[in-house]
Amino acid sequence: MSPTISCNSVYKIFGPNANRLLSESNGSVDAKKFQEAGCIVGVNNASFDVNKGEMLVVMGLSGSGKSTLLRCISRLTDATAGKILIDGDDICLMNNKQLVELRREKMGMVFQNFALLPHKTVIENIAFPLQVKGISTDNSMYKALEMVELVGLKGRENYFPRELSGGQQQRVGIARSLAVEPDIWFLDEPFSALDPLIRKEMQDEFLRLQGVLNKTIMFVTHDFDEALRLADRIAIMKDGIIEQLDTPGNIVLNPATDYVKKFTEDVPREKVLRIESIMDAQDPNASDTLEVSKDDIIETVAEKILNSKEIIKVTDPKDKSIVGSINPSKVIKVLFGG
Amino acid sequence: MVDRNYIGIVKNSKPAQFGLLIFIFLTLYFLIPQSENNYLWRLPSLLKGIPLAINNVIFNALYEWFPLKVWDPVFEMYEEKAAFREFTKAVSQGLLFLITVVRELLLGGDKIIDVFVNDAWLKENDWLSWPALPWTATTVGAFLLGYQLNGIRLGLLGGIGALYISVFGNYVPSIQTLSFVLITTPICFVLGLSFGIWGYLDKKVETALQPVLNVMQTMPQFAYLVPIIALFGLGDHAGSIATIIIATPPMIRNTILGLKRISPEVVEAGLMSGCTKPQLLFQVLIPAARRDILNGVNTVIMQCLAMVVIASFVGAKGLGLNLKIALNSLKIGKAAEAGLCIVIIAVILDRFTKAWADKQKNYFENLSFIQRYKFLIIFAFSIVIFSIVAFISDGYFDKINYLYVIPIEKGLTIAHFIDAGVDWVWETFFYSLNSFNKFLLTQVLGPMKQAYLGMPVIATFTLAMGAAFIVGNIRTALIVGGMLLFIALSEYWDRALITMYMGSFAVIMASLNGIILGSIFGRTERGGRILLSFCDFFETFPSFVYLIPVIFLFNITDTSVLIAAIVYATVPATRYTVWGLKSVPLSLHEAGTMSGVSAFQRWTNIEIPIAFPTVMLGVNQTVVFSLQMVILGALIGTEDLGQIIFGALSRTKDGAGVALTLGIFVSLIAICVDVIVRNWAEDRKKALGLA
Repeated sequence: MSPTISCNSVYKIFGPNANRLLSESNGSVDAKKFQEAGCIVGVNNASFDVNKGEMLVVMGLSGSGKSTLLRCISRLTDATAGKILIDGDDICLMNNKQLVELRREKMGMVFQNFALLPHKTVIENIAFPLQVKGISTDNSMYKALEMVELVGLKGRENYFPRELSGGQQQRVGIARSLAVEPDIWFLDEPFSALDPLIRKEMQDEFLRLQGVLNKTIMFVTHDFDEALRLADRIAIMKDGIIEQLDTPGNIVLNPATDYVKKFTEDVPREKVLRIESIMDAQDPNASDTLEVSKDDIIETVAEKILNSKEIIKVTDPKDKSIVGSINPSKVIKVLFGG
Repeated sequence: MVDRNYIGIVKNSKPAQFGLLIFIFLTLYFLIPQSENNYLWRLPSLLKGIPLAINNVIFNALYEWFPLKVWDPVFEMYEEKAAFREFTKAVSQGLLFLITVVRELLLGGDKIIDVFVNDAWLKENDWLSWPALPWTATTVGAFLLGYQLNGIRLGLLGGIGALYISVFGNYVPSIQTLSFVLITTPICFVLGLSFGIWGYLDKKVETALQPVLNVMQTMPQFAYLVPIIALFGLGDHAGSIATIIIATPPMIRNTILGLKRISPEVVEAGLMSGCTKPQLLFQVLIPAARRDILNGVNTVIMQCLAMVVIASFVGAKGLGLNLKIALNSLKIGKAAEAGLCIVIIAVILDRFTKAWADKQKNYFENLSFIQRYKFLIIFAFSIVIFSIVAFISDGYFDKINYLYVIPIEKGLTIAHFIDAGVDWVWETFFYSLNSFNKFLLTQVLGPMKQAYLGMPVIATFTLAMGAAFIVGNIRTALIVGGMLLFIALSEYWDRALITMYMGSFAVIMASLNGIILGSIFGRTERGGRILLSFCDFFETFPSFVYLIPVIFLFNITDTSVLIAAIVYATVPATRYTVWGLKSVPLSLHEAGTMSGVSAFQRWTNIEIPIAFPTVMLGVNQTVVFSLQMVILGALIGTEDLGQIIFGALSRTKDGAGVALTLGIFVSLIAICVDVIVRNWAEDRKKALGLA
């Protein structure tokens, strides 16, 4: 099966002469040299795939090019060079009509500052993508009401955005992006403008939605903890370059560069690592009474393992087969170091 | 070593640079001998030919270039006519038709029928006559509209305003003025919105629009009049065209500003929702910029009303014309009454459009047809009932039917009281007013004027370009120098100096007034709010109204014009000072308080430095306002550029070139000051880390 999103050597360079400079550089772009020539490198040679139903979180500090990358893939800006395939079609080659069609059918996007239309009510905002598509008022309102319920805003359909709190506004933004039932869901720092408590609540809500909907997702954030919590895979960006792209566990265990290491150093391992990453081979001495899944986060099962004081079986949640064993000493090592 | 230190000081300290500049200026001032052949004293008028060239262009465009064969129905033959003339003719006729239709629809009579059918047919059927809209119905309409827009208070404002206008006999000219506004505003709106959108979509268009808008907005309104008469002839349409030229630029600016203020994310959200380009424009961009666009409409209406008097010089009917006639025959009471009506209409329209801009639609009200349109239905009923009553009672009144219209000579009037009051003030304070006037003229204004006129051209250039260089760079200095050179090479440099003298006196006084007023009242939230609402109120006055009282207190002298200019220009200075003080962050105030500053120290050390860039933008506005009023002052007799512009009005043949050239001169003076002040403000902003 081909990936839903596929990027191949994508570059985005801002400034005059960007094309000429890029073709002269033969693919190895030095941000400093470009800056001297008056250009700013937004995305530098990004290549990766996102598979159907997968959530890729792009993590980076401000100015790292993560939002620019997202905008290249949604073609809100044109990439300077490279191929971006959506379900096998190169989005960079599409004309305006095809692009409008693609966005109407396949894409939804959530923005950092909500980007609600100030002159439309909650229900009108959510119905907007349906109405520009030409769906009748009755049908689009009916669909929009469904969305209102999905994001838990029932009873506030007729409010204007300015009458809602930040969290509620973002719920509207989420509902609007889902109204056309897109396959691909772009989220550009959706929870960054919210207070920490609301942010946590919205992340839970987001995980719940994803559990139900199972979209292909690109999620941009500057918050490493958020990335760890949500991602199937994380891409860490710096100065337009993807420093490392891997699962949260692998990034924490094996940071590829010093830059990535700075993020992973203070991360409590037990909150990120799964049993799979510290388990041993199958052990005949393992206890019969207890077992844990290889996908469990260590923190969640630590108490159970430590209380048992025995070697415990590890199973694969799919077919309940035994795939390994876990020794409490390993867990202690993760929890307390050494 | 000592020398080097001095150079270091001058290089690094702006005050020292200004000091040096003033020293050089004064040296040049006293060293250059005044003689006609000395080019350092006055430049030769090499550009004398410009007005003539403009006249030639206008003449050729109207009569020579691009001839078209046009069928002449009277002589039954084809005639050669210039395409441009046919174009201006069509524009004039179209506008005139629209204004006449609206006006006659409201005022009644047989002219409205005359517009649609031919004269002969009308003469045969002389019973045909369109009924006027009775003033009673208009009053009810104004009340209902205000009530629906923003409740009972706005309703009463509309109703009482209309009642006053009707009872005091100004109904007919008011409706004439209103119909003028009703036609001109939509045209300005459409033009402004289209150019604004175009400028927003295309950066190049915006860059090209900026200087054009700058000139259009700083040029004195009078300067447009003569070319307009030459191109379009006299009449209501000419006034309307002059108003369109003045009122469209702020609409364009507001549209661009509003569209630019939309967050880029909202535009992206529109795109990601799958909008096509027209959908994005009409369903996302324009509605999201709604408030700024409607504020633009408000500005347009205010400009229309500010223009009614000036438009009457080219033949527009209405309150403006009455005011002008009253002023010409020195009837202060009548002039004041007409002026008051303009102010009332301005205030009503201002509040109505602002309420409209703020009103949000409620989509989910479940109303029946009658509930939804109840005001419209009541209004329709009142028109029918009042019309029937007025029609039936026709026999009751002889000659004048007061239920349709109260004519001006029969209306209530307080003109006598105003006249008596003015006479009383005049008699009581004659001595003190006169001596104040005399003192100001002989001790302050006279010497100041002589000082300006005694300025060698090289000294003026050194001062202006030097200041531009200090606050900006060599490019700024060259821009300012180039614009001044254009004026200096004409034969009107002395007149321009007089304009500069009056302008700078008004600007300095108005800025001082504004900064002091703003600083005193703007320090508290409440005081600032009250002061700003005063500014709102004074700004709805058409500029002309300011001239009425001062003429009668100080006669036709420079003093009158300057006082009117100072009062008029104090408004923006005050407004920006209040805004500037408001922009001082609370944390800085707290830091000041904890450092133990006194009120005065707070003002000099915290408030003024932080507010300075904003205050300077106010001063910038003050320059434009002052120059407008100074040129307007020509109407009552001053001897600067304005006088010649005004004089050109009576020379329609060759006046167009002169008026346009001089108008551009005034505009250049304003833009020069703008360049310097804006650079200075930007510089300070950067220094404060605000930019």
